[in-house]
Amino acid sequence: MAIFLNKDSKVIVQGMTGATGMKHTKLMLADGTNIVGGVNPRKAGTSVDIDGHEIPVFGSVAEAMEKTGANVSVLFVPPAFAKAAVVEAIDAEIPLAVVITEGIAVHDSAAFWAYAKSKGNKTRIIGPNCPGLITPGQSNAGIIPGDITKPGRIGLVSKSGTLTYQMMYELRDIGFSSAVGIGGDPIIGTTHIDALAAFEADPDTDLIVMIGEIGGDAEERAADFIKANVSKPVVGYVAGFTAPEGKTMGHAGAIVSGSSGTAAAKKEALEAAGVKVGKTPTETAKLAREILAG
Amino acid sequence: MDLFEYQARDLFAKHDVPVLAGEVIDTPEAARAATERLGGKSVVKAQVKVGGRGKAGGVKLAATPDEAVARATDILGMDIKGHTVHKVMIAETAPEILEEYYVSFLLDRTNRTFLSIASVEGGMEIEEVAATRPDAVAKTPIDANEGVSPEKAREIVAAAKFPADVADKVADVLVTLWKTFVAEDALLVEVNPLAKVASGDVIALDGKVSLDENAEFRQPEHEALVDHASANPLEAAAKEKNLNYVKLDGEVGIIGNGAGLVMSTLDVVAYAGENHGGVKPANFLDIGGGASAAVMANGLEIILGDPDVKSVFVNVFGGITACDEVANGIVQALQLLKDKGEEVTKPLVVRLDGNNAELGRKILSDANHPLVQRVDTMDGAADKAAELAAAK
Repeated sequence: MAIFLNKDSKVIVQGMTGATGMKHTKLMLADGTNIVGGVNPRKAGTSVDIDGHEIPVFGSVAEAMEKTGANVSVLFVPPAFAKAAVVEAIDAEIPLAVVITEGIAVHDSAAFWAYAKSKGNKTRIIGPNCPGLITPGQSNAGIIPGDITKPGRIGLVSKSGTLTYQMMYELRDIGFSSAVGIGGDPIIGTTHIDALAAFEADPDTDLIVMIGEIGGDAEERAADFIKANVSKPVVGYVAGFTAPEGKTMGHAGAIVSGSSGTAAAKKEALEAAGVKVGKTPTETAKLAREILAG
Repeated sequence: MDLFEYQARDLFAKHDVPVLAGEVIDTPEAARAATERLGGKSVVKAQVKVGGRGKAGGVKLAATPDEAVARATDILGMDIKGHTVHKVMIAETAPEILEEYYVSFLLDRTNRTFLSIASVEGGMEIEEVAATRPDAVAKTPIDANEGVSPEKAREIVAAAKFPADVADKVADVLVTLWKTFVAEDALLVEVNPLAKVASGDVIALDGKVSLDENAEFRQPEHEALVDHASANPLEAAAKEKNLNYVKLDGEVGIIGNGAGLVMSTLDVVAYAGENHGGVKPANFLDIGGGASAAVMANGLEIILGDPDVKSVFVNVFGGITACDEVANGIVQALQLLKDKGEEVTKPLVVRLDGNNAELGRKILSDANHPLVQRVDTMDGAADKAAELAAAK
């Protein structure tokens, strides 16, 4: 099962022919991802040989879907063109669009999110500014290294890429059903809550690890959601306790504004919802182990 | 990026939001000519990115050009809540103010959209109004693609119950303020107060603007708005080298890859510091994925140049990046710095995990640099780095 992505997923890559797109298409293929095409209007009709895989390039997402049955798009499109690329994916009604691009202007993210909403949210958007998602042993849509861990029964949702990798590494012997990097921008498509709901419904997931960081109130809202809707054990980690007020810490969305968005408030909200929150990534992994050991 | 009031005023003027005349100066003497240009009297306003300037004595009326010089002398160099005043705005004196309102547009992260906030009770912090008189604050979601049409503006005006005699004028301000918000890729545009003056006009007397740094690629003019004067010199040097760096007030220099991991590293070091005399992280520095030796050297150079730093913790999880490349980067960076005559004298604790970690660790062990210590867990390495900083 897993969430959002599995062995049957047919993946296309928007921005495949760029340097980053090529590098990661190669890695995704190596992880067994079924990549059925790339999208680039200027190179439509050609094909690219990647490690012996002949990947056709289509002129549009709609054309790629029609010819290949693609149901996932991974976007490596530069920030200036990302909005148009996401809008194209939404227009084609592709079920899942994974926006890896970092540095998209908030007015553009707000615009494509509003557009997705106005079209009835037929496309699930993950990201932007995210590492994508992986269902180990089945498919990898993004830039998460495929060899950190193996298939298992932990579900992971995280705002941060490297903390996703760190946590997958800490718990590599147990393995993961799916790991979803939702991204560190102020406006993102898929939220902690969306992933929590999907993991709760996934019979292959026994425990959920949720990683948050300073900025916004997504973790607080996730805590409310957990309290009301999640029966599986959830272990949490929040980064940024030492972050000063008013400074952006690497991720565009990681900022404490006044007294809102602090790590302390997020930890408190999660704990009030019964989530065990670790002080460090290692301690968080230990908490997960203890729960799984019964 | 938060702007100064005078910069906000200039952007408002550019997009036809009604404002008073004003110009920014940085020497007391310049206040004279500026005040003369305004007809002989002015308001001297401290330019600091913090609220409460008036109460702190940072806003003064000057009835003559001489008085403006005297007030500018008082205010320039003043400390307002930890912010030194480097510039003052010499502004046109406001006509008689009859009422003060509040209007803003901002990003609403929770609802993934934009939001208008409007109130007929302006002049004080809107958070305070919202807390004490929630009925007096109207919040209206704005669809990013539909924007603020004259109809939408009238809807906001009605929701906030603006008096009928100013309704049209406030609606006009809302339309031009929205134009500013979109055209400048702002995260916040706030007018407080929006004043109704004796003539019946409404004027933006003070404002705040915050701009989206991710939009720099299409906002070339925003570069000129960066406040270099009050930037921390280390932050400025890091920015020049395209490093994602934030100066903090502790003793343990931090280098890591990925924003989340680096934030986490700061926290873990702070916890470890509790057992070592309370040492804390000295900075945030994310060198990103695929750190080359050059990037590592740039990062190390900034951190070793910070006199507060007593030890350095390099915390890398190799994802796509291989740890052997990172280890080579560290070794080469130390050599690069040595060649530049900047030999490292502070101890470095390095933790490498993930892709090719064994190989990376071996490279560090083989290099056998006297100041570099390998500790292979994040918590253990943080403890060692804190211990070394405390011992110095």
